[in-house]
Amino acid sequence: MNAPEAVKPQTPPQPGPPLWLLAELTYRCPLHCVFCYNPVDFAHTPDELATEDWLRVLREARAAGSVQCGFSGGEPLLREDLEVLVAEAHKLGFYTNLLTSGVGFSDARARALKDAGLDHIQLSFQDSTRELNDFLSHTRTFELKQKVAATIKDKGWPMVMNCVIHRLNIDYIDRIIDMAVELGAEYLELANSQYYSWAMLNRDQLLPSRAQIERAERITHERRQRYGDRIRIFFVVPDYHETRPKKCMNGWGNVFLTVTPDGTALPCHTARMLPGLAFPNVRDMDVRRIWYESEGFNRYRGDGWMKEPCRSCPEKEKDLGGCRCQAFMLAGDPAAADPVCDKSPSHHKVVEAVERAERGEPAVVERPLVFRGPEESRRRKAGLLPPGG
Amino acid sequence: MSETATIGLDTTPRVSKRFRLQWEEAQQAWVLLYPEGMVRLNQSAGEILRRCDGARSVDEVVADLEQAFATTGLEADVLAFLELARKQQWIDL
Ligand code: SF4
Ligand code: SF4
Repeated sequence: MNAPEAVKPQTPPQPGPPLWLLAELTYRCPLHCVFCYNPVDFAHTPDELATEDWLRVLREARAAGSVQCGFSGGEPLLREDLEVLVAEAHKLGFYTNLLTSGVGFSDARARALKDAGLDHIQLSFQDSTRELNDFLSHTRTFELKQKVAATIKDKGWPMVMNCVIHRLNIDYIDRIIDMAVELGAEYLELANSQYYSWAMLNRDQLLPSRAQIERAERITHERRQRYGDRIRIFFVVPDYHETRPKKCMNGWGNVFLTVTPDGTALPCHTARMLPGLAFPNVRDMDVRRIWYESEGFNRYRGDGWMKEPCRSCPEKEKDLGGCRCQAFMLAGDPAAADPVCDKSPSHHKVVEAVERAERGEPAVVERPLVFRGPEESRRRKAGLLPPGG
Repeated sequence: MSETATIGLDTTPRVSKRFRLQWEEAQQAWVLLYPEGMVRLNQSAGEILRRCDGARSVDEVVADLEQAFATTGLEADVLAFLELARKQQWIDL
């Protein structure tokens, strides 16, 4: 065929294997984080997968080439079969990661998880000051996390701390880093909150100002020099302050496969919000078919689905048009350019949110923070209430 | 681990405890796994690292590779790669 390059139908390239399997074992969680990325209507989720289902998912995913396995939630320690699942994953050759808030992590469970072959625990902290920590998570869990960190070190696991950064804790970043070092963390992820789900409800209260971010970056840099090899610090900037979007999930259906508590398979943990897309369930379809053949995973693969300005953009391979969920939330169309991009016709929505953050409008008074919780969740159905509604 | 010592022929490097070296059938490659991440190694990197067991010296690793691939003169390449591997903290000396 002699069709000119631009109008040739684009066949998405055959994707590689789903290297990363994220097993969201449960939406149950004792905490109430204001930035929680679980769906705001999580309380409507039907039955959790049974142990047998998860064991099958692990085997199918490994056979399809998955190699990193993350057990998360909610709080995965609330699943009593966690050790069984970890043991199977380990036996299959996965590198096993547990993403936990530390609640429910007793010495007995630490031992059982070690015996099961767990490779790594990522411990999340909300902040280094107990007051703010307790304020933000609504429970008194801070001292417990220090204890958990000690157990992690004691059992010889690499110690990875994760702290979600936002307007209310970003100014304490020096203390957060120092504390991570004190606890023996080898890696520290300072991930600026991303604005989905509960964090989207609370966006105006959580979005930091540019000056706050610059200061935090400066301090992070200074601490990196001070601590050298003792700790590796990753600072993830919030994309709202950028003019180009992130390459979300490293590409739709490219490396990540999330399985939610009820068995829905997703290319990222927030993709369920997207309209007009049916995502398969591991109860009905095996992982290999889900990954390579399902409509949900193929829809936004590659760049054949793009509209302008992305379609003809010279940078499209770099960011693949950004995040589909953000495009849907802010531009109302999951196939639009991510409004973080300054070429997007909806970019002003991002700019306006950042400007509000710059002015430091105290939205907290008129609009209280929404703490994640089942009662709050039951009152909400994703998409029915506007953000902040 | 000594930061300043140079890697010599009698050094006995081993894959760092921070990483797990493993053959991945689906990728047809050796990979280094670490918390929430993976480095996919090219063939020669994989073949070198899988021999870094803390018992064999660099000398022996080179000899073994030269025999396995029926070639000679790999010493400089192996040393250069190990230098890089040390910078990445993939190996301990
Ligand atoms: S973000 Fe907080 S509330 Fe949400 S699952 Fe994690 S620990 Fe629980
Ligand atoms: S127009 Fe689309 S592809 Fe180009 S930089 Fe913006 S988001 Fe990326």
